[in-house]
Amino acid sequence: MTPSTDYLDAIDAVVIGASAGGVEALNHLLPALPANFRPAVLVVVHVRSDPPSLLPALFAARCKLPVVEPDDKNEIAGGTIYVAPPGYHMLVEPDCTISLSVDPPVRFSRPSVDVLFESAALCFANTLLGVVLSGANDDGARGLVAISRAGGRCWVQEPQTAVASAMPLGAIARGGVHDILTLDVMTARLGAMVAGTRRQRG
Amino acid sequence: MPHRTLKDTEEAVFDIELKLLLEAVYMKYQHDFRHYSVSSLRRRLTQALHDLGFSTLSQLQERILRDATLFSRLFQYLTVQVSEMFRDPPYFRAIREQVVPILQTYPSIKVWVAGCSSGEELWSLAILFAEENIAERTVLYATDINADALRQAENGIYPLDRLASFSQNYLAAGGKRSLSDYYHAAYGAAKFSQTLKSRVVFADHSLATDSVFLEAHLVSCRNVLIYFDRALQDRALGLFSDSLVRRGFLGLGSKESLRFSKHAGSFADFDARERLYQKV
Repeated sequence: MTPSTDYLDAIDAVVIGASAGGVEALNHLLPALPANFRPAVLVVVHVRSDPPSLLPALFAARCKLPVVEPDDKNEIAGGTIYVAPPGYHMLVEPDCTISLSVDPPVRFSRPSVDVLFESAALCFANTLLGVVLSGANDDGARGLVAISRAGGRCWVQEPQTAVASAMPLGAIARGGVHDILTLDVMTARLGAMVAGTRRQRG
Repeated sequence: MPHRTLKDTEEAVFDIELKLLLEAVYMKYQHDFRHYSVSSLRRRLTQALHDLGFSTLSQLQERILRDATLFSRLFQYLTVQVSEMFRDPPYFRAIREQVVPILQTYPSIKVWVAGCSSGEELWSLAILFAEENIAERTVLYATDINADALRQAENGIYPLDRLASFSQNYLAAGGKRSLSDYYHAAYGAAKFSQTLKSRVVFADHSLATDSVFLEAHLVSCRNVLIYFDRALQDRALGLFSDSLVRRGFLGLGSKESLRFSKHAGSFADFDARERLYQKV
């Protein structure tokens, strides 16, 4: 029996964290999102911190959705992909705008996946989906726990299918994960989150 | 986007305590953090709670109201910013190549480095102005709310292990000599030449509570506004606008934008990529 994915109808935002091998995984996932994809997508990828980042242009060339490297105080709009700028943490404010910070790296990372996930969990609560992809450290593990505690939903890439399995494994070990999925299953589920499917949770 | 609040959770209580603490700090110590970005404050205060050995912000508040020494420790968590010299080299290159030629037309030049923290941006500009031979007629005003950071800025001493990246940035920013010409290394630290700061005024000034104090030709304020909410950003940008002469320059951090501000109309893009604006 297929587990219920009804909760996806209530999702307003998807936060994605990735590190080593993550660009390939994102190149699989993001271009597959349909043009009428409803939630906002916020992405942290660990890259060397020399701006300008080439990632937004790389993704934009292949995605149906607009890809933005946000400025501080950018509004978060559905159907838009926001990629954290190199050298900055990307956070979500209570009013659901983006704020950036140059606070020190968190566990050697800036941007940090945990910083994005924990702040997004407080804003989006049970309307948030957190996704951890390939990576060689355990950034994102604490963030998924925060999302889970706030009532959101958490996925990780199946570790055997990830270029670097430490990040998915770290997340699973911390206990915040609901589903362990291949990129193809993730893509199929995300593909159903399109305009008109929104349902208020009662 | 619609958003939901987390009722009945520890996080919701934390947010209530956070508001109360900032109110208490303002009433007791007149430092106003009430319009700082919430998401960064949460992280910094969580860290402070952990390091200072309190389990709730309410407990911390109770002590803060009675113990000024403890407040000064908390104050560091709320304010300290670490930057780099010549951070984002293209910004400093744009100042050197595009802004300086215009500043040179003024008989005397005033520069305001707002929120200078421990002084990396200030020293960068002081070196740049010296190399462009306009230091003699320039006064730099370096302001911050953190007295300890201001003292560090004034001392101009940085750990030697940071100098390699400073030096790389300096060259990428169009530096004309070697950064080591400007400092003296000893005991694992680099002390920058004190003649560079002979025309620098260090002052306590709050973008949240103080008013305009000079007429400036250039205001450089990088990665300070990102810690403010929109209302406080507007206040600070209003100060910059009031402070600048007509056609004076405003430089912001590489991800800070005027386009969300009510003061956007007071400025024109000068170098949009490097976030350099000119007052209209």
